[in-house]
Amino acid sequence: MFGLTRHQLLGFAVLVVVVIAAPFVLYPIVVMQVMCYAIFAMGTNLLMGSVGLLSLGQAAYFGLGGYVAGYLVESLGLTPEVGIIAGALAGAALGTVFGWLSIRRQTIYFAMITLALAQIIYFFAVQLTDFTGGENGIQGIPRGKLFDVFPLTRDLAIYVVVAVIFLAAFLFVYRVVHSPFGQVVKAIRDNEPRAISLGYKATNYKWVIFILAATLAGIAGGTKAMVMGIQTLSDVGTSVSGLVVLMVLLGGIGTIFGPIIGALIVVAMQYYLAPFGAWVVVIQGAIFMICVLVFRRGIIGELAYRLRAEL
Amino acid sequence: MAEAILETAGLSKVFGGFSAVSDVKLRIETNSIHALIGPNGAGKTTCFNLLTKFLQPSAGTIHFQGEDITRLKPADIARRGLVRSFQISAVFGHLTAAENIRIALQRKRGRSFDFWRSDAVLRRYNDRAHELLFDVGLADAAATPAAELSYGRKRALEIATTLALDPVLMLLDEPTAGMTEADVLRIVALIGRIRAGRSILMVEHNLSVVSGLSDRITVLTRGRILAEGDYQTVANNRDVITAYLGTDYA
Ligand SMILES: Nc1ncnc2c1ncn2[C@@H]1O[C@H](COP(=O)(O)OP(=O)(O)OP(=O)(O)O)[C@@H](O)[C@H]1O
Ligand SMILES: [Mg+2]
Repeated sequence: MFGLTRHQLLGFAVLVVVVIAAPFVLYPIVVMQVMCYAIFAMGTNLLMGSVGLLSLGQAAYFGLGGYVAGYLVESLGLTPEVGIIAGALAGAALGTVFGWLSIRRQTIYFAMITLALAQIIYFFAVQLTDFTGGENGIQGIPRGKLFDVFPLTRDLAIYVVVAVIFLAAFLFVYRVVHSPFGQVVKAIRDNEPRAISLGYKATNYKWVIFILAATLAGIAGGTKAMVMGIQTLSDVGTSVSGLVVLMVLLGGIGTIFGPIIGALIVVAMQYYLAPFGAWVVVIQGAIFMICVLVFRRGIIGELAYRLRAEL
Repeated sequence: MAEAILETAGLSKVFGGFSAVSDVKLRIETNSIHALIGPNGAGKTTCFNLLTKFLQPSAGTIHFQGEDITRLKPADIARRGLVRSFQISAVFGHLTAAENIRIALQRKRGRSFDFWRSDAVLRRYNDRAHELLFDVGLADAAATPAAELSYGRKRALEIATTLALDPVLMLLDEPTAGMTEADVLRIVALIGRIRAGRSILMVEHNLSVVSGLSDRITVLTRGRILAEGDYQTVANNRDVITAYLGTDYA
């Protein structure tokens, strides 16, 4: 199915079962948050894994997606699916422009430009209070009715929607990586001059990946705003950009399951470490350091390496 | 005089005050094999980089099939049928040998941004990819990741990948470097077979390969053309002997 290998198919089956069972065991809200961050991390992983570019400004697209969805639903009374789709399109549009500005740079220069561009968006998020609510954010976003028919007020109802978006995003990313386009992207990652010498405009391929990553961030942000009912300034801040990079590193760059595990760990830590107050940051830091030292390939990356499988 | 597929005039490249290529006038006849030889550091690879626009010339013009291509981008040059290989073996290490060739074959599909389509559509290129692998003696390596191939076999794969684009003019930078004697013979035979209907410009240090294949030879030293002609003419040129072997032999 979809060209998944045996190991991947098994992994996907486990994933589906976990997604179905999870809301009966854990807080649905927490699981939904994990899924939203996982979508965000899957996009970021596309950029880090398949073209090897580290962006430090992914929160711009995530935050914009959230603001657009929140605004349309809260202020204009549109339905949730319209909000999320608009969030995705906003992410894509911003990714198109910012991608064009940054994609020709490499390594640290790329990281710095993406960071600077994201800071511009943060600035506007603070300033354009009519749209973003400034420091207060957008409060009380109603979940409304899906297609104006199905009410999403109950956690389980919206859970189904989020789960569908999440699984669809997962299959979508898998398809991108295993498409004719994805094949060229792999070639560019391996040897860019050679790919160019065969007639491929490497920059355009990277740009498309950048836009896809931004789109996924927009979907993730929009969906999260619908789930939580609020959209805050911190969603568009630098620490969220850093967090998503950590999720990718923890899970394993360039793996298809890694971003999900990474998101799970980071969100779980935020919940379970909450009682430690200010120490959270220190404990988080220590756990990250241990993970990076012990699992240099990330958790799924390490597992795939041991099993000699693609995961 | 036969028609020229590629012609340069006054081609020059300066790297911060150092002239790597100076005033080079090259003329490659259609359907010929033209060799570019010269000692290390003569500027041969730099010439290739200029012709394929991996470097922008400091001065001069390049005409390919009668059109001025001096201002084009490298990918556009390749799309016109002027395809190069690299001196340092350039393969896609994480892809299998067959996938390496498919990357070249699938370029002709045109719409290559289809990220929503399954890569199963690329299977139709498998037959052609295997043919090409067979031609360069890599039939057994189709499913091997390119990174795991020996140096000589990587070079063979690179030539097969270049050939997969069916180029009008092929630029080969030391195609037989690092190969065993048997591999060299195979590549020479291959070049002999595929030359029909196309032009080849190659940099090569192995003089028996040069003498066996090339119609015309240009000798470059310190970025300048020292001599040009067929093998006999060049081999007997005193300047060439001096440049290659030092003044004592001249
Ligand atoms: N990007 C660059 N910047 C500065 N100098 C360069 C650059 N590329 C090449 N050179 C210099 O230009 C000269 C010609 O180099 P080039 O690689 O073209 O020689 P070559 O004829 O291909 O030699 P070889 O037979 O060793 O491959 C050398 O002195 C080299 O150091
Ligand atoms: Mg060279």
